[in-house]
Amino acid sequence: MHIVVCIKQVPDSAQIRVHPVTNTIMRQGVPTIINPYDLFALEEAMRLRDEFGGRVTVLCMGPPMAEDALRRALGLGADQAVLITDRRFAGSDTLATSFALATALETLGKEHPIDIVFTGKQTIDGDTAQVGPGIACRLELNQLTYVAAIDSLDKAKGEIVARRRAEGGVQVLKSKLPCLITMLEGANTLRRGSVQDMLRAARAKVTVWSAEDAGVGDLLKCGLRGSPTVVKKVFAPQPREEPAEMVAVEGKTPAQIGDAILDLVFARQPKLEAELTA
Amino acid sequence: MANPPTKPAAGRAGMKKELPEHFKAYRHVWVYVEVERGRVHPVSWELMGEGRKLADKLGVELAAVVLGAKSPELKQVVRQTYHYGADICYICEDATLAEYRNQPYTRALTDLVNTHKPEILLLGATTLGRDLAGSVATTLKTGLTADSTELDVDDEKSLAATRPTFGGTLLCTIHTLNFRPQMATVRPRVMAMPEPDTTRSGRMVWHTLGMNEADIVTKVLDFVADAASNKANLAYADIVVAGGMGLQNPQNFELVKRLAATLGGEYGCSRPVVQKGWMPAERQIGQTGNTIRPKLYIAAGISGAIQHRVGVEGSDLIVAINTDPNAKIFEFAHLGIVADALTVLPALTDAFARRLGVRALAS
Ligand SMILES: Cc1cc2nc3c(=O)[nH]c(=O)nc-3n(C[C@H](O)[C@H](O)[C@H](O)COP(=O)(O)OP(=O)(O)OC[C@H]3O[C@@H](n4cnc5c(N)ncnc54)[C@H](O)[C@@H]3O)c2cc1C
Repeated sequence: MHIVVCIKQVPDSAQIRVHPVTNTIMRQGVPTIINPYDLFALEEAMRLRDEFGGRVTVLCMGPPMAEDALRRALGLGADQAVLITDRRFAGSDTLATSFALATALETLGKEHPIDIVFTGKQTIDGDTAQVGPGIACRLELNQLTYVAAIDSLDKAKGEIVARRRAEGGVQVLKSKLPCLITMLEGANTLRRGSVQDMLRAARAKVTVWSAEDAGVGDLLKCGLRGSPTVVKKVFAPQPREEPAEMVAVEGKTPAQIGDAILDLVFARQPKLEAELTA
Repeated sequence: MANPPTKPAAGRAGMKKELPEHFKAYRHVWVYVEVERGRVHPVSWELMGEGRKLADKLGVELAAVVLGAKSPELKQVVRQTYHYGADICYICEDATLAEYRNQPYTRALTDLVNTHKPEILLLGATTLGRDLAGSVATTLKTGLTADSTELDVDDEKSLAATRPTFGGTLLCTIHTLNFRPQMATVRPRVMAMPEPDTTRSGRMVWHTLGMNEADIVTKVLDFVADAASNKANLAYADIVVAGGMGLQNPQNFELVKRLAATLGGEYGCSRPVVQKGWMPAERQIGQTGNTIRPKLYIAAGISGAIQHRVGVEGSDLIVAINTDPNAKIFEFAHLGIVADALTVLPALTDAFARRLGVRALAS
């Protein structure tokens, strides 16, 4: 089986600091990580490989430094890593991103036909959850999103049974390979890479592709030019017009503060008092 | 790169291109009405309220799209779409649409768009809505803005979808200038629930899917409904108490739970609290967790980052407890208390318990 996991390198949001005066993100020195949701996808891919044989390729689109994320994935046990990086990809929205990734996947599939493409549920920096469905749609893969568990896989029949999180319950779906799966958090526990994998990752060669190498023919579909969405305005949120009423706390006991807050709450929401005491 | 760029594309956005000729015929605002297992997801009605405002501003009609298998419930849904503001209801009834599956739903919605050409298409940012919106936008090769927190139309009649950008302090407004329809998703509870007007009526337009079950690869073997019990129902709670990193350790969240219990409300937290493993993900409040609109929201030890703010701004009354007088949360709270949450929370619990005649839960 050939399983490809699409991963993204993101800044570690826990460590992001914002400049107090200019309100801009201070990116310098912020460590990058593999998008945490993608790790569940990677683990599931490796689990299937270990059970059914084959290989796991990790694919990433990003700046040259995204090679770190791929090397980390190799250290966790992926077999092969491909980075697609090109200045002309810069500014891609989700439509342009799914175009670039889908094209690279097609190129990868020419060598070894792909059975399953995995992605995380969404990224922690963009949060759109649109790239997975975008890739599935472009490559006409059967789309299984928000997968909480893969119940079974029949390699000979090319059939897969998966549990998909829906509103108010879980759908048990039977589908066919090739398919695209976006993996839900908590679906599995990430393994710790073996020492051999770590050593291999340190020496391994990450394949680096330009747009042309990845097979992109139409550069107009890439980057800013291939993105139908345009950010027209970036702005800081405004404080509410009426400023907050500050409850005086100076010299008061906690009990007095408690009563003061409660009085103000009920003064502003008289109906609430009636409902609560009813 | 998959997310909207954080800098405005000044050159390109400033360069005003004419909308290509073949897109000029695209008119009217559509809302996809999510019916799963006979029930309409409330986010659809919330979107109808918002869609109505956009349609009125543009001077066009509001349409609802209803997909599903033929049933009396579906007929009822069609009538409800008029009550919630639809002028037209596009309906596609087909046995293959009995349960949500990406393939037939994508086909139905893209065919409808290609036939009737709406300028705006809105969907709820649910697991279903996001699954469907991503496929439809890619098939149509148009722009899609996820998790919008505000929708408007500008002077050029272009949809302006606002959402927080990465980093926690800024908002950005995204447009789809040269493609139609302009698509956006909105999370449940971000928009207010409109009052239905049961005297309203509208026109029904039928659509045939033209697919056979044999054409559809994925089959639904089973649906396992969530156990109704002990699940957080933050989104629709009347009173919510939440704690942030200011509470310092997981034990202190007992104070939050106790106040919530005294008030008969739900408890929640900020995202880092979930990331630390102090509370389960279903308790998270904010852009990537639950959006809430309670009558009373009490936030303790929460700084008020934009991703948190957009998830709570619809609350009637926001009470913030924070030791830092300059915390961002005081910019949008109604009542502010600059004090240690670890002393204020128990004091407030006691005060409510005394006033409400409830015995304070063992402290
Ligand atoms: C893409 C993305 C999505 C996000 N989605 C969400 C989301 O859905 N929800 C969310 O909440 N965040 C979200 N975040 C994170 C958000 O940017 C903030 O980092 C987060 O909300 C901060 O949480 P906090 O207020 O608990 O912690 P902090 O920012 O660390 O604030 C702690 C606060 O506690 C106060 N404090 C300290 N001690 C006390 C005390 N004893 N008593 C009272 N106050 C005290 C401090 O003054 C401070 O204001 C998201 C971020 C990104 C990048």
